[in-house]
Amino acid sequence: MSRAALLVLADGRFPAGGHAHSGGAEPAVKAGRIRDAQDLAAFCRGRLHTAGLTAAALAAAAALGLDPLRLDEAADARTPSPALRATARRLGRQMMRAARASWPSPELEALAAARPRGAHQPVVLGLAARSAGLGPEDAAHCVAYETVSGPATAVVRLLSLNPFDATAVLARLAPEMDEVARRAAEAARGGFGELPAASAPLLDITAEAHAAWPVRLFAS
Amino acid sequence: MHIDHSHEGPAAVSADATRPDGRRRALRVGLGGPVGSGKTATVAALCRALRTELSIAVVTNDIYTREDAEFLLRNAVLPPERIQAVETGACPHTAIRDDISANLEAVEDLEEAVGPLDLILVESGGDNLTATFSKGLVDAQIFVIDVAGGDDIPRKGGPGVTTADLLVINKTDLAPYVGSDLDRMARDAAAQRGELPVVFTSLKGEDGVGPVVDWLREQLAGWVA
Amino acid sequence: MSIRATARIHAVRTEGGATALPVLESAGPLALRRTRASGAGAKVTVVGAMSAPLGGDRLAIEAEVGAGARLAVDSAAATIALPGRDGERAHYDVRLTVGDDSELRWLPEQLISAYGSDLRMRTRIDLAPTARLVYREEQILGRYGEMPGTLSTRLTVHRDGRPLLDQELGYGPGAPGGWDGGAVLGGHRAVGQLLIVDPAFEEKEPEVRILSGTAVLTPLAGPAVLVTALAPDALLLRRLLDAVLRDEAG
Repeated sequence: MSRAALLVLADGRFPAGGHAHSGGAEPAVKAGRIRDAQDLAAFCRGRLHTAGLTAAALAAAAALGLDPLRLDEAADARTPSPALRATARRLGRQMMRAARASWPSPELEALAAARPRGAHQPVVLGLAARSAGLGPEDAAHCVAYETVSGPATAVVRLLSLNPFDATAVLARLAPEMDEVARRAAEAARGGFGELPAASAPLLDITAEAHAAWPVRLFAS
Repeated sequence: MHIDHSHEGPAAVSADATRPDGRRRALRVGLGGPVGSGKTATVAALCRALRTELSIAVVTNDIYTREDAEFLLRNAVLPPERIQAVETGACPHTAIRDDISANLEAVEDLEEAVGPLDLILVESGGDNLTATFSKGLVDAQIFVIDVAGGDDIPRKGGPGVTTADLLVINKTDLAPYVGSDLDRMARDAAAQRGELPVVFTSLKGEDGVGPVVDWLREQLAGWVA
Repeated sequence: MSIRATARIHAVRTEGGATALPVLESAGPLALRRTRASGAGAKVTVVGAMSAPLGGDRLAIEAEVGAGARLAVDSAAATIALPGRDGERAHYDVRLTVGDDSELRWLPEQLISAYGSDLRMRTRIDLAPTARLVYREEQILGRYGEMPGTLSTRLTVHRDGRPLLDQELGYGPGAPGGWDGGAVLGGHRAVGQLLIVDPAFEEKEPEVRILSGTAVLTPLAGPAVLVTALAPDALLLRRLLDAVLRDEAG
């Protein structure tokens, strides 16, 4: 595996659309559930162990070579919110564009042709990792990290939170990200029956109201 | 590894000049510039001036609302299916320069839904003087400033003013009231831009957007040639 | 002394079109009684003979609704997860199978996670393509004014062999971090799901309904809607879910 390829894929500047999404942080800020760095840490920790673990395992499974269309179906069953399904597919399509330009492969082409409106983003990311010669742990790490870095970046903009505090939140979560990535990859090796389905009720609930806001900074 | 540009798949990887079916795609023109300089009004005026002869669509990039898209809808310059809003996560320059994926999706969706199109106008969210469009997203870009923003803006330069394919200095009707010196702006702009064109507009007047329309026609002639 | 017990229900359609219960097996603390049905079909009430499950227990209920049959299942009281003597985890498995043109209404009382308890609950539902399902699950974290125990639940629903819904929830001191933060519970102590699967939704996809600031009804990727609801307490949670049930009935 190429460790540098992992850095390219995990870079927040990888042009796959993530910058326009807050990972549920925008409605949480508005509801007063995130007011400071401590709240941000609790939010990120909860998201990491729920939606993060589930997505990381999907990505790890795709990186391992499990059928991406079945994984896409598994992702649908794990995403009860239509707003979040739409977001996952939109981001999947954007990830696909960047992945095909960066690490073209027949597997990416096949998934792009089968899901022209986009497959769930973690599935595409996992396949991108596979095309880049990366393994399931790498893909899971990538997803675990973006699960928390997205909200942290968004909260810096939404609350004018001190960016050093936000980065410290991420740094303190690093051991838990490693653990989530390890568990995700292990589950992926167990096949479809072992894939986790951890979910976060507030993320599912608030995503719908947020999608209907007339004025918002982030797309999700 | 060689990147394949023939596009068997459903979506183009970059801003190639042909659509996946081999036809030439629409000319994509970006409009950037500071908040309040008249980007949306220019887009509206261009649509009104050209919509009978060209098939046009618009992508807006609002900072935190869909107001620009809604302004265009309210003023009925184009039917709603020809206007798409992209959300930019508080970073409008990122969406037009660093991570253009959402905007590319929008222009391709428009071509698919209402195409074939001759022209797609991509309007940036109002940002600062450094915001420019990626060449992966647009074929040409217009930078819109206005006389009320200060007549020293052309002198100050910045990537928008110096490198845009067309610099529009808008709201010339306000110059006497805000004490802006149009001659000085023209001289400074020429010094910054060399051969690149500069036009002055006042959208209040009859055919106020005319100079921009003329420039666009030249671009289109070059594009389909 | 921990208990292992599996209660079983099998509902079938009789020749006359009514629903019979050829199998109605109580087991351990799970006593099953046939009760008076409000509409067509059969009704079974789970009568908890004692507070259960305790740590170490392995309880299960299996219900199978054969083609064309209609079954409603409720319970006489809330289920309370209590700590065992040696801090062992308890398991509670629910396995439901619903055949073609049949209906299962699974509407038990709340599951209460008492302080010090550790329960893993798994529900597996397999639906035939034309089966109808109304399924409610409510988790109350701690008895009144009490800290919660550790509770993890998983609800896996397949329809025609394909995944329709898969959800795992984990709360309490033994759950991974952040469960009470702004992404998961945000301090709420009552969590509910109401799942309605109806082939008729294939013709007319239901719309999203925002039920409160912390409750929403969403259409799934298949012909089903899920209410995901958080509330400060059990009573307010039930009110939200009941309102949706009334609409569904009407």
